[in-house]
Amino acid sequence: MSRYFVSRAVQTLLTLAVMSLVVFVLIGLMPGDPIDLMISGDPNMKSEDAARLRAAYGLDKPLLERYLAWASEAVQGNFGYSRSFGQPVLTILWPRLLNTLLLAGSAFVLSVAIALPLGIWAAAHPRSRADYLINLFCFAGISTPPFWLALLLITLFAVFLGWLPAGGMAYPRPGTPWSVALAEQLRHLVLPVVTLTLVQLGPYTRFMRGAMIEALRQDYVRTARAKGAPERTVLWRHAFANALAPVLTILALSFGGLFSGAVITETMFAWPGMGKAIYQAILENDYNLALVGLLLATAATIAGNLLADLGYAWVDPRVSLAADQP
Amino acid sequence: MTRGWNRLRRHHLARASLVFLIVIMVLSLAAPLIAELRGVDPTQTDLFRRFEPPSAAYWLGTDDVGRDLFQRLLDGGRVSLLVGLAGALLSGLLGALIGVAAGYLGGRLDAFLMRFTDGVIALPLLPLLIVVAAIDPRKLGVPAELAQSEAFSLYRIVVIIALTGWTTVARLVRAETLSLKARDFSRAAQALGARPIRIMLRHILPNTAGSLIVATTISMGTLILLESTLSFLGLGIQPPAASWGNMLTGAQELLQEAPLLALWPGLLIFLTVIAFNFLGDGLQDALDPRSERR
Repeated sequence: MSRYFVSRAVQTLLTLAVMSLVVFVLIGLMPGDPIDLMISGDPNMKSEDAARLRAAYGLDKPLLERYLAWASEAVQGNFGYSRSFGQPVLTILWPRLLNTLLLAGSAFVLSVAIALPLGIWAAAHPRSRADYLINLFCFAGISTPPFWLALLLITLFAVFLGWLPAGGMAYPRPGTPWSVALAEQLRHLVLPVVTLTLVQLGPYTRFMRGAMIEALRQDYVRTARAKGAPERTVLWRHAFANALAPVLTILALSFGGLFSGAVITETMFAWPGMGKAIYQAILENDYNLALVGLLLATAATIAGNLLADLGYAWVDPRVSLAADQP
Repeated sequence: MTRGWNRLRRHHLARASLVFLIVIMVLSLAAPLIAELRGVDPTQTDLFRRFEPPSAAYWLGTDDVGRDLFQRLLDGGRVSLLVGLAGALLSGLLGALIGVAAGYLGGRLDAFLMRFTDGVIALPLLPLLIVVAAIDPRKLGVPAELAQSEAFSLYRIVVIIALTGWTTVARLVRAETLSLKARDFSRAAQALGARPIRIMLRHILPNTAGSLIVATTISMGTLILLESTLSFLGLGIQPPAASWGNMLTGAQELLQEAPLLALWPGLLIFLTVIAFNFLGDGLQDALDPRSERR
């Protein structure tokens, strides 16, 4: 078990190191550099000044050398400042990471809570009308552009009906009773969470259905039925318990997709999260914020995968973490 | 093949999807001709005719700068479909080569390629793709006039969406290769002294054609969705060129004035993507009869 943890930790660190290099190079290839931005803000700057500043900040050096300089600071915990906010990037990103986790976490829990029963129902009644409708619903979910779904929901519930806020987060005044503040926050959370949930429901339901159908075809299910076990027991104790493991793996791989979905949902609903912060940082050439934000998103995704691996071993006793997995 | 075709025809949704896709493709390709016949110019802005309601002259009305919406939708469709097709073909090619190499050659290469594939799948791809879409091609040594041309933004978005699309194909082809390389015809070719590259390209890949067709059809839909998202965010197809995604970019600010502007492009994306998904599903049933009755 401990050997497994060590190897996983090394793997995770390696992935993050490679990712930081890739992202650093990509961001280095974005148009302009910080000095260009200074030039555009200061008409009195001469080209000699720009050259001097580039040399002073080390921007005239090759990308790889700059990366090493950045990385040696980063491993000491110094991630630098955000240009547009004028604050350390971590100060900007931490609260936004929490906001994203609130949004993506709620959507994840909600979609799993809906998708698993739907998938199981469909698998237990294959080729029925319900199965057909669930399948149609999944296809619709997979095929809907998330930003368009957000637009439709805003049009209907915020513009025409006026039931829910079109975006943003509640910032209750100090002294507001906590119940009012909570209700206000929930009202702001409804539309983005519904959007993110609807987008994920389709694939999750289909994975669950597929895994259940596969499990229901196994010999142990036939044996259980032959022994006269009630259908409910067969479905839950025998089939579901075995179908859960592959579904967990897929759910784990979808954490990265959650962050991708969050970029759109947060941008559409002005939700102050990581996805929106990264997108804006890229648009505003806030190089350092974009870099650290992307790394943080990657790290959060990898952490999610790691958790799911542990859950996998817990759900499926045949998987032993001690053994070297191929 | 005829039997497969008959099975596909029995799949109602897939059949309807095929008809819909053909209609959309023909209309999009014929867009310049239709514009000529109707006597409208979809690039001509006219601030005196903003938000016109649908009429005989403007079939779906006009947009926020007075362009004919119907004609813009056709133009956008051409771009979106073209980008989807090119992206799906490129990612299919990439995925097939990686998958067959991993499956056939096995060993360390297989382990490395599959780890890499899993890694790419698990990444938060959209933020990364936004960075890739934002890089300045001139810093990579692309000449300035090419970098600023309209065609380049088209190539760039195709490459970007192909970067995500290959993973599904690679896993699929690898799995098939593993079973195909143990079959008699591969072993016969091996025994006759064929080199691995020949066995992979001549004997194994052609046998994965069925799954490749299904995967490419489905990824057409997925990639059109991705293109529309990037274009919507302002990082894909650049205006004034129309794509279904970038036609929605300003729609959020106009929801009060012209909610229908937000409806049409999104509806077309939705219908096209779901049609590709239904078609892929139907093709899968047609090409692999075992998956039909479950």
